[in-house]
Amino acid sequence: MAGHDHDHHHEHEHGSELSETQLRVRALETVLTEKGYIDPAALDAIIEAYETKIGPRNGSVVIAKAWTDPAFKQALLEDATKAVASMGHMSRVGDHLVAVENTPKRHNMIVCTLCSCYPWEVLGLPPVWYKSAPYRSRAVKEPRGVLADFGVTLPKETEIRVWDSTAETRFLVVPMRPAGTEGWSADKLADLVTRDSMIGTGLAKNPSEVA
Amino acid sequence: MDSVHDMGGMDGFGKVEVEANEPVFHAPWEGRVLAMQRAMGYAGAWHIDHSRFAQEKLPPATYLTVSYYQRWALAMESNVIERGYVAPEELETGHALKPGLPLKRKLTPAVVQEGMIRSSFYRQQQGPARFKPGDRVRTKNIHPKTHTRLPRYARGKLGVVELCHGCHMFPDSVATDHGDNPQWLYTVVFTSQELWGPDADPANKISIDAFEPYLEPA
Repeated sequence: MAGHDHDHHHEHEHGSELSETQLRVRALETVLTEKGYIDPAALDAIIEAYETKIGPRNGSVVIAKAWTDPAFKQALLEDATKAVASMGHMSRVGDHLVAVENTPKRHNMIVCTLCSCYPWEVLGLPPVWYKSAPYRSRAVKEPRGVLADFGVTLPKETEIRVWDSTAETRFLVVPMRPAGTEGWSADKLADLVTRDSMIGTGLAKNPSEVA
Repeated sequence: MDSVHDMGGMDGFGKVEVEANEPVFHAPWEGRVLAMQRAMGYAGAWHIDHSRFAQEKLPPATYLTVSYYQRWALAMESNVIERGYVAPEELETGHALKPGLPLKRKLTPAVVQEGMIRSSFYRQQQGPARFKPGDRVRTKNIHPKTHTRLPRYARGKLGVVELCHGCHMFPDSVATDHGDNPQWLYTVVFTSQELWGPDADPANKISIDAFEPYLEPA
């Protein structure tokens, strides 16, 4: 196989455990391909899409539109799947997307304690921390402690609402629009919407942070 | 099943560590694993709940020490073998020894766009919804040895139905090959004190998405 020498070199850099995984994954792909179940070229296309097209910018654009278009925001909160589909330029999202709005009284935070459920279509693949034991174990029990890990402190009286994604519904947080952004275009506002702000472990950036 | 995948409320795992400028994949094989999973799902080889159940059945020490995509790969190996798509000798030798089983379709570059859209989990309702938003419910105290989506920390707890998401295929049935068995799905919200006792922060609330069989009126 063409990549063998390169991979062999890689093994020495990262230890034998990783190389065993590489070999096992390669064996699995070869067998599934030879048995006619999968097409490696389709795998390439999937990987390319996640590496280059499907990321949190999709979600940022949705949030910025919600900030600037009250009718869209209402539609998003009522049926996020339908509202996102209405934007046209994005690839269709699957059913069961639910948008939850942050307000001065309530801050929403999303977790999947049982596995790693995450709204791929609007945020891309989840970061390692989202899938890790520290986040999955603590988010439902000590959400303020988790927020502190992210450098976020909220007023004591703010309700923190944690949504555990235990079914196929997927949640997208609509963060609060930062002060000092009156008159901004949706395009410019989208730069303020971070991935973490749409998971609820962060807040949208302030204008000074993108100056 | 009551294993270490059900992490909600466990102590001792430490702080959440965020990796700066995290790449989408940390090694090329991770992408291959994700894409193979997607392709086999599209082909109808198994359902996402079979993948979850296979991960849950990993030895707890393995589950906690291997990486995320290693877990996926281990689950995929067990699913291809248990479901008869691949023989163990084929995985060992890295080559097919017999032709594959027929699958309902194949993910090719021509249909990859379509293949990346999540399928719908809605199913035809089998009866009227038992609960509506505002209803008080208690989650059942169940401990099935098989796959369930009712986390331990939320069993036997008093909550309020907040949303009804329609009727969905039921993971507990799907994962054990008992069919879609459609059930109503609700967001049920709990106070933090109901879940974590009197010392919990009273300003917090936690919700799960609960299938109707997990709930009884309260």
